[in-house]
Amino acid sequence: MSARHEIKLTVNGAVREASVEPRLLLADFLRENLNLTGTHVGCEHGVCGACTVLMDGGSVRSCLCFAVQADGAEIETVESFGGMDELSPLQQKFREHHALQCGFCTPGMLVTCTDLLEKYPLATDDEIREGLSGNICRCTGYENIVRAMRAAVTERDNERHEASS
Amino acid sequence: MKPPAFEYLAATSVEEAVAALAAGDGEAKVIAGGQSLVPMLNFRLLEPALLVDINKVPGLDFIEPDGNGLRVGALTRHHALETSELVQARFPVLSEAMRHVAHLAIRNRGTIGGSLSHGDPAAELPMMAVLLDATLVLTGENGAREMAARDFFEGALATALGDDELVTEIRIPALPAGSGWGFEEVAQRSGDFAMAATAATVSFDGAAAGEVRLALMGVGEVPLRIDAAETSLSGSMFDETAMDQAVAAVDDAIDPMSDLHASADYRRHLAKALTRRVLQAAWQRAKGERP
Repeated sequence: MSARHEIKLTVNGAVREASVEPRLLLADFLRENLNLTGTHVGCEHGVCGACTVLMDGGSVRSCLCFAVQADGAEIETVESFGGMDELSPLQQKFREHHALQCGFCTPGMLVTCTDLLEKYPLATDDEIREGLSGNICRCTGYENIVRAMRAAVTERDNERHEASS
Repeated sequence: MKPPAFEYLAATSVEEAVAALAAGDGEAKVIAGGQSLVPMLNFRLLEPALLVDINKVPGLDFIEPDGNGLRVGALTRHHALETSELVQARFPVLSEAMRHVAHLAIRNRGTIGGSLSHGDPAAELPMMAVLLDATLVLTGENGAREMAARDFFEGALATALGDDELVTEIRIPALPAGSGWGFEEVAQRSGDFAMAATAATVSFDGAAAGEVRLALMGVGEVPLRIDAAETSLSGSMFDETAMDQAVAAVDDAIDPMSDLHASADYRRHLAKALTRRVLQAAWQRAKGERP
């Protein structure tokens, strides 16, 4: 049994403190310790993208990061995006375009899409597909996820255009 | 899937990190981005006694001009290198290569020093370090030493890095002014490890090709430079004979392996086809044409 470490981090705006074993993965910390089960655990070696969360604003695989390494960080999970009563604009696009079926990959998809919208122009569907290529979906065939993202990109670009004019 | 138990130290200086590595007597590992290390831990392919985390070590995350070249700190994330205007201006071939590194979530967290230390034969950064004649700064308890990237990679996942050493910096010397470049990679899916990739730079002195560099990966245990091809192309006009000679030199120099991703024959085919493409693109850019 290795020495435990005290950590303090912000998760979805709330400060959380915990004592953790070094080998505890951030994904398991979120799910098991904080009961934030919206973050899904698929492959547990960085391939499927289901566990993607925002860490200090950038998307990361929470299965490839230890909770102890998140000490001092700001984490956002899918739970911060919106709820049953009020979907976030991106969640609304996923709903409108039927971009999910079983929903297992959806939390990771939403987090990834949030970061992609922030960082890349996504001018073509090829760019969107490339951006989504690290998130595996076994239901949709991706077509409707690409459509939802195309709609989100259009909305983003319109908002940016309005803000600058 | 759970990693084995280990002790953990969040180092706050390079000195503290290398002292812990030295005291670990080969049982300590550095963790930075962890994008290659954590999967290996999750699969229990490694069971280090101690992980030395360098994410909180100040002064290792920078991209700075060095003459007309660059100095890049080991903790620089892939995404920072991918989007750096300085890198784009001075080494566009490196910007292009970085876009092929895995996926955004990996590039946000993975580090330059980590990828070089890991030495994966199908990873982009080791090949780019070899192409660009980069020097790695390796820091241990007794100070820093410098090593050419070409000498650093010794085999698949094997490097010259000592158990008690840390890659702290990479230095990339300037390319000849106006150098053209090419980069090509074939992977099964976007973001996957390459089945094969090639990169080239070419300078043009107004009459013929000047300095030519050609590097390949995925076709051997370490990234390769093809000296015979570089020599035969230098001074040429990249005519058909010179190109054929270069491709033949690649054919002679490589020893690709078969695995579940690609057969040795297919990798050889890719290496030759991609060589022709990057050389053509680099030559056209060197002459000021759009490839």
